[in-house]
Amino acid sequence: MVLGDIGVFGFRAVTEQKPNSVVNIGVLEQAMIGFAAGLAMDGRIPVVHSIAPFIVERCLEQLKIDFGYQQLSGKFVSVGASFDYASAGCTHHCPEDIAILLGIPSLEIVVPGSGDEFSVLFSKSYANGNSTYYRLSETTNKSTQDVHFGEACLLREGTQGTVIAIGPTLDLALIASEHLDVSVLYFTTLRPFDSDSLRKATKSLRVFIIEPFYEGTMFPDVVYAFSGRDVRIGGKGVPRRFLGNYGTRDEHWADLGFGIDTVRSEMEDFFS
Amino acid sequence: MSRKLAFDLQLIRKAILEISIESGEGHIPSAFSILEIVSVLYSSILNVEEICKGSTERDRFILSKGHGCLALYFILGEVGLIRRSDLASFCSFDGLLGGHPKRSIVHGIEASTGSLGHGLAIAVGLATSLKRRSSRARVYSLIGDGECNEGSVWEAALLASHNKLTNLMCIVDYNHSGDRALLLGDLGKKFDSFGFTVIDVDGHDINKLEIALSHVDQTNPVAVIAHTIKGRGLKMMENNPAWHHASPNLEQLRDFLTELSGNA
Repeated sequence: MVLGDIGVFGFRAVTEQKPNSVVNIGVLEQAMIGFAAGLAMDGRIPVVHSIAPFIVERCLEQLKIDFGYQQLSGKFVSVGASFDYASAGCTHHCPEDIAILLGIPSLEIVVPGSGDEFSVLFSKSYANGNSTYYRLSETTNKSTQDVHFGEACLLREGTQGTVIAIGPTLDLALIASEHLDVSVLYFTTLRPFDSDSLRKATKSLRVFIIEPFYEGTMFPDVVYAFSGRDVRIGGKGVPRRFLGNYGTRDEHWADLGFGIDTVRSEMEDFFS
Repeated sequence: MSRKLAFDLQLIRKAILEISIESGEGHIPSAFSILEIVSVLYSSILNVEEICKGSTERDRFILSKGHGCLALYFILGEVGLIRRSDLASFCSFDGLLGGHPKRSIVHGIEASTGSLGHGLAIAVGLATSLKRRSSRARVYSLIGDGECNEGSVWEAALLASHNKLTNLMCIVDYNHSGDRALLLGDLGKKFDSFGFTVIDVDGHDINKLEIALSHVDQTNPVAVIAHTIKGRGLKMMENNPAWHHASPNLEQLRDFLTELSGNA
């Protein structure tokens, strides 16, 4: 495990028990990823951890080239999804991480909805030989689903379209749509994207996506899933602007209209 | 160590010119400035037999200034790791070899470089891993002076000395091509301040290179500042930025080949 001087206190017990397995490398993100690539070249599986903007944006080219282009296996676990670090301001926000990382071919992307789901998904994908990004979030679902890497879970079946819930947006999706005749499809793996499940679940071509990151990030995948057919796509996501407020993440979610009543009403309009 | 190899560098310079004109590609002066360095590494320093086998105990050479790759490709050709036909199809659409190295297409190419500043950090990761498993393999990273503008180089340098990576050598091809943007002054002093043991050497003197590149320090990683001339070997190309990424026309090629034959 390679830490970018983040989470050091949290991992102190592991560091003590297994000092050879943890490196706090310091605040040098480009070299951190290059270093991890060197480890991977010698047959190790580096697990790199930092706050989302620092692990995605500060060293994006290293992710692209040192791991993507070189086809090495590394596991990149971020914390501070979207605006979890609300009071810290935009330098510590990263609602754009998924949109950016979708640009690296072959990089797997996992957005678990709970800590337990992360454990399952990480265990399953840790040694798969690919590079994978895991997005940890303070916002979590109350319950854990039976998740499988690379597969979406069909949690409800309906005829008027599909609600896609991604990671921590599941609770909101289930409650806001409970009176609607729609399928609810739960994604925790975004790359590879389970288009088959989406096609099977969708009886009418209307898809409403609740994204815990920049709105529209996953829209192209829906378009490709229904390639050539007319599909109505809408949803809820983080607006593409710098969020200038501080406070808490829940205050941000509320301010951005992620309340049950608002989303329910938007879904009713969408599916009508 | 394997038997000492010998390379005809005039012949290789000619071959680099010829392939460059055939393909219309190649960073000739950069390849020329590092040719002696790469040839000494392969003739006298690296455990080439292990490299040819792809062994986990092979020495690792990372050409971080990837645009100098023609030098590496032709030395690997001499060693038998790259076929003539692949050299001949340099930069062609379906060719194996491109304008920058791609990792693992053949033994001896350890990293996909081309964007400056990546190789030294990768070398640090490799050296760390090798040291942890008590391997005797060593890691060599060849960077350029322009490349030393990149912060990632200095991040890697911090890590190298902090972790006392005595199995790591950073070689700087100091041909001053970066001077027109940023003057770096005494690069040796800079690496020394970052905790490296520094050796300055004439980057075109085979004997002196053999001594410098074989240096191992008991405490620190080593930085060899190889003072070179970009485009070394051809008067018109030496220190002439017009030739950085250009391929000669036929008439120029004739003149260059004549000059190289005369210098043999």
